[in-house]
Amino acid sequence: MDEERTDTILEVNDVVMAFGGLTALINLNFQVRRGVIKAVIGPNGAGKTTLFNVITGTFPPTEGAIFFKGQSIEHLKAHEIARLGISRTFQTVELFTNMTVLENVMVGCHMRTKSSFIASGLRLSTVRRKEEHMREKAIGILKFIGLADKCNESADSLPLGERKVLEIGRALATEPTFVCLDEPAAGLNETETLAASNLIRRIKDQGVTVLLVEHDMRVVMDISDDIMVLNYGEKIAEGPPVEIQNNPRVIEAYLGGGEEYDA
Amino acid sequence: MLQIRKLPLIVFALLIVVFPWIARGVPAIANYPDLMVFAGIYCLITIGLSLLMGYAGQISLGQAAFFGIGAYVSAILTAKYGMNPWICMAIGMVAASIVAVLVGVPSLKLRGHYLAMATLAFGIIVFIIFNEEGEWTGGPDGLIGIPGLNLFGFQFNSVEKYYYLVWFFVFAVFLFTINIIQSRDGRALRAIHVSEAASSATGVNVSRYKIVVFVYSAILASLAGSLYAHYLNFINPSTFDLFFSIKLLIMIALGGMHDIWGAIIGAFLITFLSFEWLHFFEEFEIIVYGLILLVVTIFLPQGLAGIPHMIKNWLRR
Repeated sequence: MDEERTDTILEVNDVVMAFGGLTALINLNFQVRRGVIKAVIGPNGAGKTTLFNVITGTFPPTEGAIFFKGQSIEHLKAHEIARLGISRTFQTVELFTNMTVLENVMVGCHMRTKSSFIASGLRLSTVRRKEEHMREKAIGILKFIGLADKCNESADSLPLGERKVLEIGRALATEPTFVCLDEPAAGLNETETLAASNLIRRIKDQGVTVLLVEHDMRVVMDISDDIMVLNYGEKIAEGPPVEIQNNPRVIEAYLGGGEEYDA
Repeated sequence: MLQIRKLPLIVFALLIVVFPWIARGVPAIANYPDLMVFAGIYCLITIGLSLLMGYAGQISLGQAAFFGIGAYVSAILTAKYGMNPWICMAIGMVAASIVAVLVGVPSLKLRGHYLAMATLAFGIIVFIIFNEEGEWTGGPDGLIGIPGLNLFGFQFNSVEKYYYLVWFFVFAVFLFTINIIQSRDGRALRAIHVSEAASSATGVNVSRYKIVVFVYSAILASLAGSLYAHYLNFINPSTFDLFFSIKLLIMIALGGMHDIWGAIIGAFLITFLSFEWLHFFEEFEIIVYGLILLVVTIFLPQGLAGIPHMIKNWLRR
């Protein structure tokens, strides 16, 4: 039991999320092991994004507890959760469209740097050094995600594929140990999807745990260590990809008549 | 990368320094330094408002109230209690920031129209207090006998001297604000403007930043109010009414909200329009402002400061 504890980075216990009459998550229980890629799949409206929002503090769960590295986080605000090392991307890309590619990633570096408003206003030498440090760190991340050559372009001008990648880069700049990626491959073409899969694997190789919501089954089956299936806010299956692929409940609820239905 | 270039800043500073000499030689613009004092005072407010609205995306229709708080704190404490004006100026800024926190904490949770309504209501309430608390504020008649400023025996007792004092403050504030914009704090503010969800998920403390920038804009407006009171030596509530808050908004909309230079350009133009060039229209002046706002929002959404950018984009095409 003790060994299992230390192996678990995120623990969701009996979480209920109700919006008025609609219950988006029903007594949800699951754990995420440190260093894995865990996928959350399920039909539209299954509660996947709601789950992300609850974990990352967009809103607190109606009931239940969430532990991150043994610390209860369900009552914390989004920026406090980010500080603990949980970062995320959004289903509908939420980049800072009024900034350059580099600046977007530099906002990600924001919270790992400290400076007072007054020190910034006076542009003290410490502030200048930190700014330089943030810039270098951001460029390093852009190299990692493959967007270094676009660093001075406006984030708004990037094609969708690169915007999704940039959002992942911004999330990585917060130095997370746990990232929630909400449909990183949605709307991407084949090459871009492949690159995204690769990127997610490389993130895992850096020791970061990944929680992934994705509809593209090739991506999910290809890179996940573990899959959880939600349907109408309830967990209906959980296990390694091979097991999930052959689970009759999953096939019935999610895949419907056949695989091409979803693809 | 958001870089604010140094050259225009230096040119602008030189122009400001030499302007009074030029004005002395040209009778037609002899009264311009006096107008420039007001333009400078308004610049202090619009710089803060530009950071608050243009950069952080938070609307305030109550800036006149903070301007008034600075003016009245300075006026009451100096004229009635004979206190040192510089200390009163500081007290005014502290008072404005306390009020800004009290107003900001609940209302900055609101967005868009609701925030506009909340700050509008705040502005109206403060305006009523200025009018009704006659024992303190002198009511609608206002306060007279506000002393001028002096520093170590040096009297700022002429238009020119006061001009340099005000513009010293404007430049200090302008540089400070430019540094903020180019720092991590400035990025955080611009991030909040676009997406609060993404900002907080990225670790930006959104509510704290909103309060900080609101307080900052209030402090600048209060400083401007104190300088205004000591320049005119007389104040009354009508200066601090809702129309002034809207006029400030027109200034930054005309100048361009997304560029800190817009705050300066807008303050200049509206000051000269209202004191000098629009006398001809008399009470129809307000219609002219309405037209300006209309034309700017339709044809120049980036304001005058956005014109170079528009031309650049147009040439690229």
